[in-house]
Amino acid sequence: MDEFTPFSALGGGLLIGLSAAVLLLANGRIAGISGILDAALRPKAGEFGWRAAFLVGLLAAAPLMELVGYELPAITIDATLPVIIGAGLLVGFGTRLGSGCTSGHGVCGIGRGSGRSIIATVVFMASAVATLFLVRYILGA
Amino acid sequence: MTRILAALLAGLVFGVGLIVSQMVVPAKVLGFLDIFGAWDPSLAFVIGGAILVAAPAFALGRRMNAPVLATAFEIPKRSDIDARLLSGAAIFGIGWGLVGLCPGPALTALGFGSTPALLFVAAMIAGMAIYHLMLAPRSPKAAPAPSQEADA
Repeated sequence: MDEFTPFSALGGGLLIGLSAAVLLLANGRIAGISGILDAALRPKAGEFGWRAAFLVGLLAAAPLMELVGYELPAITIDATLPVIIGAGLLVGFGTRLGSGCTSGHGVCGIGRGSGRSIIATVVFMASAVATLFLVRYILGA
Repeated sequence: MTRILAALLAGLVFGVGLIVSQMVVPAKVLGFLDIFGAWDPSLAFVIGGAILVAAPAFALGRRMNAPVLATAFEIPKRSDIDARLLSGAAIFGIGWGLVGLCPGPALTALGFGSTPALLFVAAMIAGMAIYHLMLAPRSPKAAPAPSQEADA
């Protein structure tokens, strides 16, 4: 899995940027996935419709691409069940406490030049790199 | 209705982007985070490419009075760097580094029928619920008066 794939990465990135641009210029909203998911699950937050639609689109991407003959990459997750659950809890809790994730802070936040988002992105990138280093090279998992 | 369709399209394009770029593949993400090992810089191109399109869109948005289909832009206005932002980002990073899934790819991976992704998403939603039970500010949304929620 150490293959460098700059062209597909750039192409996919441009599509993600296009998605953020559509949501912003058409609906005036930020394409922050953790925020969209969180608010869609809480009726008090309001604006359920567009958030649900966005999530449906996200979930439909893989089956639709398969339908048109795109060979989907394999999603193998080596982590053990407790690690998967623990990581999910941390991601859910952390993205709410920190008001965003890779999309909201990393793409949209940096895209609009938000200092908060730039700092948040540096912190979660550094934290993820340190965690992986610890797990892979210190604990030897 | 058009707003719903625009959001559906945006979600679909976002998911296709995550799949094409392989950001939906946890091993690929971990390869990017492994800067001290066999580093795979691909994902820098994903984020770079996304910002390349998003930045001009935000610049354009600033010149518009209102978005095309809605009455107003809803853009976060806060600029303060507080403990919540820093600790939240650090906690999120730990979870991201453990498995290689962040919220967008995790949801997109559900469309692959991945059971581990399903468990991850369930735990992620539980994590969000725990946040709301324990630490959420009283106001339900990022209000125009951020000073009230900064020290909650």
